[in-house]
Amino acid sequence: MNAVNNVMRRELSGYFATPVAYVFLIIFLVMTGIFTFYLGNFYERGYADLDPFFRFHPWLYLFLVPAISMRLWAEERRLGTIELLFTLPLTTTQAVLGKFLAAWVFIGLALVLTLPMWLTVNYLGDPDNGVILAAYIGSWLMAGGFLAIGSCMSAMTRNQVVAFILSVVVCFLFLLSGLPMVMNLFNGWAPQVILDGIASLSFLKHFADISKGVIDLRDLVYFVLMIGFWLLATVLILDLKKAD
Amino acid sequence: MIEVKSLCKSYGAIKAVDDLSFTVEAGQVLGFLGPNGAGKSTTMKMLTGFLVPTSGTAMIDGIDAVENSVVARKKIGYLPEGAPSYGEMTVRQFLTFVARARLIEKGEVRTSVDRVLEKLNLVEVKHQVIETLSKGYKRRVGLAQAIIHDPQILILDEPTDGLDPNQKREVRHLIRDMAKDKIIIISTHILEEVQALCNRVMIIAHGKLLADDSPQGLISRSRYHNAVSLVVESAEKVASALSELPEVARAELSEGELILFPAGQADLFAAVTRAINDNGWQVSALRLEAGRLDEVFHKITRGGAST
Repeated sequence: MNAVNNVMRRELSGYFATPVAYVFLIIFLVMTGIFTFYLGNFYERGYADLDPFFRFHPWLYLFLVPAISMRLWAEERRLGTIELLFTLPLTTTQAVLGKFLAAWVFIGLALVLTLPMWLTVNYLGDPDNGVILAAYIGSWLMAGGFLAIGSCMSAMTRNQVVAFILSVVVCFLFLLSGLPMVMNLFNGWAPQVILDGIASLSFLKHFADISKGVIDLRDLVYFVLMIGFWLLATVLILDLKKAD
Repeated sequence: MIEVKSLCKSYGAIKAVDDLSFTVEAGQVLGFLGPNGAGKSTTMKMLTGFLVPTSGTAMIDGIDAVENSVVARKKIGYLPEGAPSYGEMTVRQFLTFVARARLIEKGEVRTSVDRVLEKLNLVEVKHQVIETLSKGYKRRVGLAQAIIHDPQILILDEPTDGLDPNQKREVRHLIRDMAKDKIIIISTHILEEVQALCNRVMIIAHGKLLADDSPQGLISRSRYHNAVSLVVESAEKVASALSELPEVARAELSEGELILFPAGQADLFAAVTRAINDNGWQVSALRLEAGRLDEVFHKITRGGAST
């Protein structure tokens, strides 16, 4: 646990030592604001809830999370520090977990910084704060899923741009897997079991469930498994090809 | 102690390391010498647990570097080629990270970092961001992280590469200071470095071990070993006269220097000085050659290659 903590702290301090952290935080906050007030019609709707705020999170994450995750491993490969890291007495799993947690905590921080949104809605009306809390948790879990995918894509290459594009594509597939435009590809020829399987992989569906305020065990398990699976894949890829 | 048995590493059809076996004991400073791409770095990466060998084993103090990699790594300090480090951190932050990762106890981290900062003359740059430092400083930061846990085994991949002559001297001095009762393996393609630092040399080319000897032993393989070179007036006449001596096997003239090669175990130097005195030749330089490492290196790495 100490090793994980040490790697995590190093990674986090790395974000703040470069403009990465500040640029990300500012863009995230500005974008959530724009989406909520302009596209989400926050005022005009006349409801005291944060639905217009959370509704756009999956689409924001689609581009912003890969921007964070792309450097996780590609950068280590490019600079050669991967050789330093993996000759320290820590396991690949500990390093993968440490770096993932750093990025996840960082996105958690970005979410915490949106609290003025919550204050606003509480000032304007009387929202169900339980639902809002659940949506925050759901949003953070979903970010974890995106990040785990991004970590795996970043482990595959030494080029950050490649890592970014791969992550966006894979995340996009997981976002959309429940929507008709994807399902239509399979409709008619694939058996129902597979259709259900594909539909149940959708980030959107599970996030929508949680953000309604019901934290269902199935949705939690889904995100935990998702994160676990992609982190495991990261470990395997790194163990298979550490050099080059 | 390091025990390596029939270590191999292939990348597809290319054998980077081909059936390497050797043992290194405490107190030895072993130099891996070889042309670029000989497999020196690959061997080091397998010893430090970064690469998994295709076949064969490497034991670090009796611990398998593959099966029990994390435990084996604790015993080793490693400077990877090019001394990579996290450029956005300050020297102090970086060394603190490595100290913690090296499982140095909480209370000791600060003193360990201070100790290596002192030892490598990094005190004045400890709050600087690493990527703003000069190459020499970066290399020293790399060395500092390698020795922070005072390891019994030190593996340094081209520790003086890219340093200026003064910095090279400093780093060599440092390595020599630590050499007592440790195992140090360095890789280099600088021949003088091997002579200055190592008490054992392994010449590697095409992944194969071609020679394993002391630097003196290697030098004595040179055809110049115990040869006598002199600079003399009317060298050609002198050359033909000296060729008559029973102690001289052959005389060569190159770049104004006359080089005499000994026949058997004869004391060539004494014979030549006697001849000079007897004939009254005007000699402006006279030297007994120890041998030339570059010539031995060339002979072994070229002769050993299959092409």
